[in-house]
Amino acid sequence: MAGIPHDHYEPKTGGEKWVHSRLPIIGLLYDTIMAPTPKNLNWMWIWGIVLTFTLVLQIATGISLVMHYTPDTSMAFASVEHIMRDVNGGWALRYMHANGASLFFVAVYAHIFRGLYYGSYKAPREITWIIGMLIYLLMMGTAFMGYVLPWGQMSFWGATVITGLFGAIPFIGESIQTWLLGGPAVDNYTLTRFFSLHYLFPFVIAGLVIVHIWAFHSTGNNNPTGVEVRRTSKADADKDTLPFWPYFVIKDLFALAVILAIFFAVVGFMPNYLGHPDNYIEANPLATPAHIVPEWYFLPYYAILRAFTADVWVVQIVSFVTGGIVDAKFFGVLAMFGAIAVMALAPWLDTSSVRSGRYRPMFKWWFALLVIDFIVLMWVGSQQTVFPYDWISLIAAAYWFAYFLVILPLLGVIEKPVARPETIEADFASHYGKSSDAAGTTSATPAE
Amino acid sequence: MFKKLALTAALALALTSGGAFAAGEGGHIEDFDFSFEGPFGSYDQQQLQRGLQVYTEVCSACHGLRYVPFRTLSSESGPGIPEDQVRAYADQNFQVFDAEIDDLRNATPADNFPPNTSLGAPDLSMMAKARAGFHGPYGTGINQFLKGIGGPEYIASLLTGYTGETIEQAGTVLYENHAFPSGYISMPPPLSGDDVEYADGHESDMHNEAKDVAAFLMWAAEPKMMARKQAGFVGVVFLTLLSVLLYLTNKRIWAPIKGKKKHG
Repeated sequence: MAGIPHDHYEPKTGGEKWVHSRLPIIGLLYDTIMAPTPKNLNWMWIWGIVLTFTLVLQIATGISLVMHYTPDTSMAFASVEHIMRDVNGGWALRYMHANGASLFFVAVYAHIFRGLYYGSYKAPREITWIIGMLIYLLMMGTAFMGYVLPWGQMSFWGATVITGLFGAIPFIGESIQTWLLGGPAVDNYTLTRFFSLHYLFPFVIAGLVIVHIWAFHSTGNNNPTGVEVRRTSKADADKDTLPFWPYFVIKDLFALAVILAIFFAVVGFMPNYLGHPDNYIEANPLATPAHIVPEWYFLPYYAILRAFTADVWVVQIVSFVTGGIVDAKFFGVLAMFGAIAVMALAPWLDTSSVRSGRYRPMFKWWFALLVIDFIVLMWVGSQQTVFPYDWISLIAAAYWFAYFLVILPLLGVIEKPVARPETIEADFASHYGKSSDAAGTTSATPAE
Repeated sequence: MFKKLALTAALALALTSGGAFAAGEGGHIEDFDFSFEGPFGSYDQQQLQRGLQVYTEVCSACHGLRYVPFRTLSSESGPGIPEDQVRAYADQNFQVFDAEIDDLRNATPADNFPPNTSLGAPDLSMMAKARAGFHGPYGTGINQFLKGIGGPEYIASLLTGYTGETIEQAGTVLYENHAFPSGYISMPPPLSGDDVEYADGHESDMHNEAKDVAAFLMWAAEPKMMARKQAGFVGVVFLTLLSVLLYLTNKRIWAPIKGKKKHG
């Protein structure tokens, strides 16, 4: 909790002093819960709490599900039906866990795009960003492996397609694929290792979440203005911040309650809307489903994977230059992982000295286009690779890379940012204030 | 601007994501009106019993129901058949393989419906959830939001979708069916109307039979639907109240900090 000056915990009673001199854990909790937080945070700063809650929800429901689930190809599908029919509240556990994964990704995408708009990835918060990207990658791995466990048709064929991607790596791909699967094809050995890792990863994520929080508590939260909290004195810092408890805890809990009301409506009234009907058919290695479609949260990357076919000139050039080592299939795999890599590198690709997109007139539009691009990719990822979808996915995939590799570096040079408020206090005062305080009513900042 | 963008994005996500799962266009699916649709809909016990009768007398000749235990037929939120009648029903209609005696014996309420793989017909336990009836408009799946996924509609449409035409393909006779995605299905028309004589005197034309058995199969696939909707409703009401309380709390604690809100 270096950085922003604030009150620290002082043990008062004898018992507290006894504990504090041996393990300052109460102080740690106090500093965490009372962390000075920019008072101008808007509603896009609620997703962290939603994500933390969802992680706990997934672990809690998951641990209960494991008590009734059997990770064996001959029994996995039947054991899920056993949970749905015989286990007390089993249907609720399973539907919450399955839809909880979707809630997790809704929240993480909102969280990531908030960071991209307000420049939360920029110095000095690069490590927070990178840890976040690692969490996101682990989430995707966990979700993918979890989807295999019910051993339905989409579980089996999804696993076959996705592990097949690693097979596209030249020379060593096949060995990697065999290593991931535990054998030559998706089978019982795949199910058991995916089950083991699906149980392990959430705890690794929980550990990284603590590091993530530690990192941004060291730098302080970003905020909608991107202007840093004044650290010159505690009095100055107090003008820019409020303690996390109760101001932000209550605000975040309110947002969480609203989101959970929607979540319960989905679980109660349409729990299979986001799932795939084919996964209610037991896995059958001899019958390929007509369309193998990943879960919605993977669709943008699935679209990028499929966008770069052998007739795209970039692919042909790369294939020619590398002597055919990088063929269209491997190029697609590189593009898919590259799409996440360029996002992780945003702190170094964005050359603008202004943090928040609020004061970047050109950036705003490119960013809005990126959000639309993401949704287009998600939609086109669910369509077949025929005209015009192949073209749409190629253009959308190209924009994704162009945004990070061309637009972000260029904008910092050519863009003229508008005036930013001097302090968080000034920004806050321009929106709120005592009724007597009539000064500074109009502000240059657009309404958030 | 960001807020607007975020809202638009969220809405677009909610609408497009359904399309992810709607891939694969089907045949023509009629939107049957089922009693269990909507947040407050519930199974019609009489209809489930009629559907069970259709399954027993027609479908079970080829199709199994391996994940459904006989005992659940007496569930209050399901067919609600008295326990002694379930015992008699299982005993009289089905034989199950018992590993202990290494032979077939009459079924008891503790058994599941037996699987039936003799003719390669798919098991029907989860059929009402394993098919999507609605994919539109334009393959986006948005209408599932309003109409439901359409599993039971698909089943009922399939059962009534035969045209009477047949083609022969590689020695197999295929029957033309409007509801089946490829247009031709290997299952011969199972219903022709008056295939069963309903115990409750309900009219047994083909449309009714198809609808009743589709409703029964929805129950077979989702026996806890009533409990689920009830829990969902309680959850939504409770969380809405909690939201209101937290909203007021939040407003109150921030009031001295914010003072009066200004324009902009």
